[in-house]
Amino acid sequence: MSPDILLENVSKFYGEVLGVNKVHLTIPPGITSLVGPNGSGKTTLMNLIAGLLQPTRGRVLVCGLSPEDPERFFRVTGYATQYDGFPRGLTGWEFVHCYLRLFGFSPAETERLAWEAIERVGLKEAAERKIAGYSKGMRQRIKLAQAIAHRPTVLILDEPLNGLDPLARAETIALFRELGREGSHVLISSHILHEVDLISDQVIMMSQGYVVAEGQIRGVRDEIHEQPMQVLIRCDKPEHLASQLFHHEQVVEARVHADRAGLVVRTRSADSFYKLLNQIALNGVTIESVAPADDDAQSVYEYLIGTEESTK
Amino acid sequence: MNLWKLQILAIIRIDLARTFFSKRGLWIYLLALSPALPMFGHWLFTDRRDQLGDDVQVFAGIFQFFYLRIAIFFGCVGIFMNLIRGEMLDKSLHYYLLGPVRREVLIAGKFISGMLAAITIFCGSVLVQWVGMFVHHPSDLLWAFMFNGPGMSHLLSYILAAALACIGYGSVFLWAGVRYRNPLIPAAGILVWESANGVLPAFLKKVSVIYWLKSVCPISIPAPKNAGGGLWNLLIFDIDPAPAAMAIVNVLLLAAFVMIWAGIRARKLEIGYGTD
Repeated sequence: MSPDILLENVSKFYGEVLGVNKVHLTIPPGITSLVGPNGSGKTTLMNLIAGLLQPTRGRVLVCGLSPEDPERFFRVTGYATQYDGFPRGLTGWEFVHCYLRLFGFSPAETERLAWEAIERVGLKEAAERKIAGYSKGMRQRIKLAQAIAHRPTVLILDEPLNGLDPLARAETIALFRELGREGSHVLISSHILHEVDLISDQVIMMSQGYVVAEGQIRGVRDEIHEQPMQVLIRCDKPEHLASQLFHHEQVVEARVHADRAGLVVRTRSADSFYKLLNQIALNGVTIESVAPADDDAQSVYEYLIGTEESTK
Repeated sequence: MNLWKLQILAIIRIDLARTFFSKRGLWIYLLALSPALPMFGHWLFTDRRDQLGDDVQVFAGIFQFFYLRIAIFFGCVGIFMNLIRGEMLDKSLHYYLLGPVRREVLIAGKFISGMLAAITIFCGSVLVQWVGMFVHHPSDLLWAFMFNGPGMSHLLSYILAAALACIGYGSVFLWAGVRYRNPLIPAAGILVWESANGVLPAFLKKVSVIYWLKSVCPISIPAPKNAGGGLWNLLIFDIDPAPAAMAIVNVLLLAAFVMIWAGIRARKLEIGYGTD
């Protein structure tokens, strides 16, 4: 049985409207972030993977299982949707517990798993309160508890950090990392690109129903040849260094950093540039550090999808 | 216990709690108990202790003209359409669909839970109404009516008719709830069809739930001599009833057919409360 999430030529149309088109993806275990502007098809893709939608074309397999075999498929998947709907009148504990019973666990096991999930998301104190009285962040966390309660190996989370306060955010990210380390798939959609950098082992970028890039962020950045790489060099003589760099053809731009303690260089070839930099360093410039400045999710997103479609 | 039974029991527990204890469902209780109010009023404010025969006729009239056609009909709209469509509106149906539950099992669990709720409420109300209508009669007369006369048989027939109405209308509204995005429109159509039963040709009368329910009612309500047709024809049941056993079998067959259809249809059910 393949451990991956597999989408083969998957398309979804809502009548004439495109949801996602011709998606081929193999998502390995670890934390994968799904990013893209509103309407790019993220939720459609997640709903397809989770079996809430059926593809118009193509097929979806999760760990070798199809949603058409729900009794096995939904034991390995857990999905916290972006929908803020709950059954009326339930407490947090009742909510997690009642849907766990669909799995056929014994009553004692069901109760134990429900409490375990609730504790894991830090809601033990509020578990006996009605969900209707929960804050947005608490509702997010109880949904997460419901999604992880049966210990799925594939966890799909649509905007799971929305509405969380900074502490809950940090705790939730730590939980994702823990799940990722345990070998689970954690597929997260997010609008907050700096968090994508912090969380993700790999990214999937979507625009207008298409997957425009996938893989590790640095790898994706390396593939964007039309955009020169940005490198931040911390050194003692940035103006002097800039004057030396201008003579070399692989340097497209060199500008002194706003704090005047470094230089931002744009180069067509990072490898050649690093070799050049070694030579220059021997010519009386003390270089403290060299680091890529645009191999983060934000930059890659802007290069591929553009600022006009920028995320919220 | 096998998985399907456990899942059906779990679904029933979730849904029954929702139907019985939600504020949203309060109107169903009021509707179910609404005939009891005039019956208890009749007990408290009239002095016709020897008119048991009249009370039998009045009960039959209220049961057939209001309780079956209006109270149970709309009660089932409220209960059975909410099983699927109501949860779509609440954006909570996906929690079921994300469980390891076959869609057919989900439909079966939901239908059974709706049926149990409806039968409990509406058959329970028949008992309350019966008490309200007859308990004020002298005990010896009441005893004779109930245990030496047709009383117990009538009561059981009304309970059976109410239960079959819950199953029959429940099936129809489960179908509407699964089939249509806005099931209130087909519900209105069904109401018109059921109401027009009295003026339909004989063979079309049988394509209705009310015809089969009438067949298990213990008393036929004749049209008053001065009714003169017209609107009265919309209310009376003027054709020969079918045997009760056939009525029971046909309503159960309808329920089984709708369950199978809904189970197959639910395999293609998709969740799309909103867009990206």
